[in-house]
Amino acid sequence: MNQPIAWYIAGPLIGLSIPVLLIIGNKTFGVSSSLRHICASCFPGDISFFNYNWKKEIWNLFFVAGIFLGGIIASLFLSNSQEVIIHPELKNFLAQNGITNLSGLVPADIFNWTTLFTLKGFLMMVVGGFLVGFGTRYAGGCTSGHAIMGLSNLQWPSLVATICFMIGGFISAWLIVPFILSL
Amino acid sequence: MEDYKEFKDSELRHQDAVCVNESEKKESFFSNLKYLIVGILFGIVFVKAEIISWFRIQEMFRLQSFHMYGIIGSAVTVGAISVFLIKRFNIKTLGGEEIKIEPKSFNKGQIYGGLMFGIGWAMTGACPGPLYAQLGYGATVVIVVLLSAILGTWVYGKFRDKLPH
Repeated sequence: MNQPIAWYIAGPLIGLSIPVLLIIGNKTFGVSSSLRHICASCFPGDISFFNYNWKKEIWNLFFVAGIFLGGIIASLFLSNSQEVIIHPELKNFLAQNGITNLSGLVPADIFNWTTLFTLKGFLMMVVGGFLVGFGTRYAGGCTSGHAIMGLSNLQWPSLVATICFMIGGFISAWLIVPFILSL
Repeated sequence: MEDYKEFKDSELRHQDAVCVNESEKKESFFSNLKYLIVGILFGIVFVKAEIISWFRIQEMFRLQSFHMYGIIGSAVTVGAISVFLIKRFNIKTLGGEEIKIEPKSFNKGQIYGGLMFGIGWAMTGACPGPLYAQLGYGATVVIVVLLSAILGTWVYGKFRDKLPH
């Protein structure tokens, strides 16, 4: 139980969440909307984009609360025992940039409370997080809504969005992340 | 009047969203617990398959591993077959409702927003779902990333009318 799951098991399991959510309650699979429902329930202001009946979408908040609990359960009982096994070139590149702790899900050498208050940490976590929240809503969905749900339903706008996610990710991983790590 | 209000509300909920509650039934607190359970299973798979590992995301974008491509590809394959079967055999929900999946319409936000999200994805190593799981897994500082993502969504809503769509 302490080994990572292979892609050919994990992928189909994630794909199955689409029919499961549709069949148990007519819900289309997606996660980023939860960020909008949090805005709508906590600080809608007079912004029309947030003034809708968010209680109708409360299932989505239950869903993400479950993802959070799933993370806790995995860390308590099922945690992957060794450090993540990554490509040696990536390992070298990270080591050159001071990232040697490969044990968690995020690099503890950067994603920690001390680094948060440096330029490097601020860019990675605060600016990165902002782009995730702003970008997913602007695009109308994230990896789950567009790349998995939208593509499964053969929606070409979702294909456009998914291609743009990947282009953005390539630019970021090849140019922006190395720059930030070098700071 | 009540119908019109409901129609407007549904329209607003569909704005810039793939993921919408299409059911017309009202669900109780207990009925919503089933989504919590699906979420828990999902969160465990996220962690156990290293989908939410920042390192795995770097590997994917640096083309050093097939892992993430395999996951997304096989998830879409299973999802597409399921959606096809649901439509083909007109499968109903457990509550007996017709299953509805609203088609997506194209707007430029999918390009601009998509690029922005992609950049943020490689920086944080997380899309919105994984943020919740990373936090649960014990990376407490990820709460800052999540709050910042909520702020990003709010700022988007605030300036939505002024952005090109």
